[in-house]
Amino acid sequence: MEKLRHMMNPLDFSVEELSDLFDLANEIENDMESFSHKCDGKILATCFYEPSTRTRLSFETAMLRLGGKCLGFADAGNSSAAKGESVSDTIRVISCFADICAMRHPKEGAPMVAASRSRIPVINAGDGGHQHPTQTLTDLLTIRSLYGELGNFTIGLCGDLKFGRTVHSLINALTRYSGIHFIFVSPQELRVPDYITEMLDSKGITYEEVIKLEEVMPRLDFLYMTRVQKERFFNEEDYIRLRNFYILDKAKMELAKEKMFILHPLPRVNEISVEVDDDPRAAYFKQVQYGLYVRMALILTLLGMTDAHMNEGLIRKF
Amino acid sequence: MLNIGQIEEGFVLDHIQAGKSMQIYKHLGLDKLDSTVAIIKNAKSQVMGKKDILKVECDINSLDLDVLAYIDHNITVNVIKDGVIIEKRSLVLPKEITGVIKCHNPRCISSIEQELPQIFYLADEKNEIYRCKYCDEKYSEGDADLL
Repeated sequence: MEKLRHMMNPLDFSVEELSDLFDLANEIENDMESFSHKCDGKILATCFYEPSTRTRLSFETAMLRLGGKCLGFADAGNSSAAKGESVSDTIRVISCFADICAMRHPKEGAPMVAASRSRIPVINAGDGGHQHPTQTLTDLLTIRSLYGELGNFTIGLCGDLKFGRTVHSLINALTRYSGIHFIFVSPQELRVPDYITEMLDSKGITYEEVIKLEEVMPRLDFLYMTRVQKERFFNEEDYIRLRNFYILDKAKMELAKEKMFILHPLPRVNEISVEVDDDPRAAYFKQVQYGLYVRMALILTLLGMTDAHMNEGLIRKF
Repeated sequence: MLNIGQIEEGFVLDHIQAGKSMQIYKHLGLDKLDSTVAIIKNAKSQVMGKKDILKVECDINSLDLDVLAYIDHNITVNVIKDGVIIEKRSLVLPKEITGVIKCHNPRCISSIEQELPQIFYLADEKNEIYRCKYCDEKYSEGDADLL
């Protein structure tokens, strides 16, 4: 029997496994119709203990596009958690109903606890400020699809580099590929944490830290913008001062390469002016689309329903 | 002068920081042993001023001493067989520790999930840093509360 696999952290998958996953996502991108019955009869449970719009809808759309069905809850108040049920018990129950589960939880490590008790694959759909692996997979697939490879480029990460979990997770994931130069653009108060720069130093990966975005714009192949999150600040004054620190507008875009791409994990507040949306280099809505493809590919992979798995199954059968 | 008889087989844990011997007694599960255990508190020490010592009469393969390294890596472990010291064992930080320290991150699932074991993994051996298995919160020696 094949070992049950989960998705807790993008680093749980080897570079080769991720490459297969992204190949599959690109196949889906090119011919979604041919995947529309791959998950007939399968059920995805979306267990969202805190509200989320894009991630939950993306997972549900992914399963529906594969021909499967969805059940679940969209906040803890509508679940047995309100009655005090543990995550371990909930997943044991869900394992009796569904074939795969996507879980978002405000407590860090909750999906990992669920995975350890589950009889079905569990996908971490975000656990507090800890991990959001399918966002990282989305970012990696977007970069690979737009640039043609995962490596040999300069990426600028701009905004809240201190608290932004998507930024930390993306940097970690990118360190497995070669030829990537990082440029961290942030105000002093929102600098990337020391443990990240120490990790880059230990791996011999090059990076720069700057405050002015305009200085580095002409050198970037990717610009990953982030939102300054109000909920991370104890002091309203600091938030108000820092939220408008970087606003990407047409004037700044004029400094950029013709083939540069702008990414953003969304939601955006005001850090990217809407006038940039029509620029062909604005890739953040395309990124959402890639998020759907990668979640479809992940569901197929974890359910063992990729062609490679099917072929292996046939070989074993005969 | 306090005199405690020598042991035939077992361990003498020396240079324990004064006052920590009872924690070690608990975490090594010595309360469950049906054999002689001597706890010496506040013994005079030229190097440390005062120290604790534990003498445990037991099969030398029966105790898991890994946890000692996390609690205090300066402890000297003398292994005794047939009444003589056969080895002075150096302490190695365990790759994983379970049920020894508690994660104090209020956002960690271990703060609410019933009967979830507290598990930490060795993230950085050189700097003696452990991280919570669930939330990756960082702990250096002395940061965390012992269970």
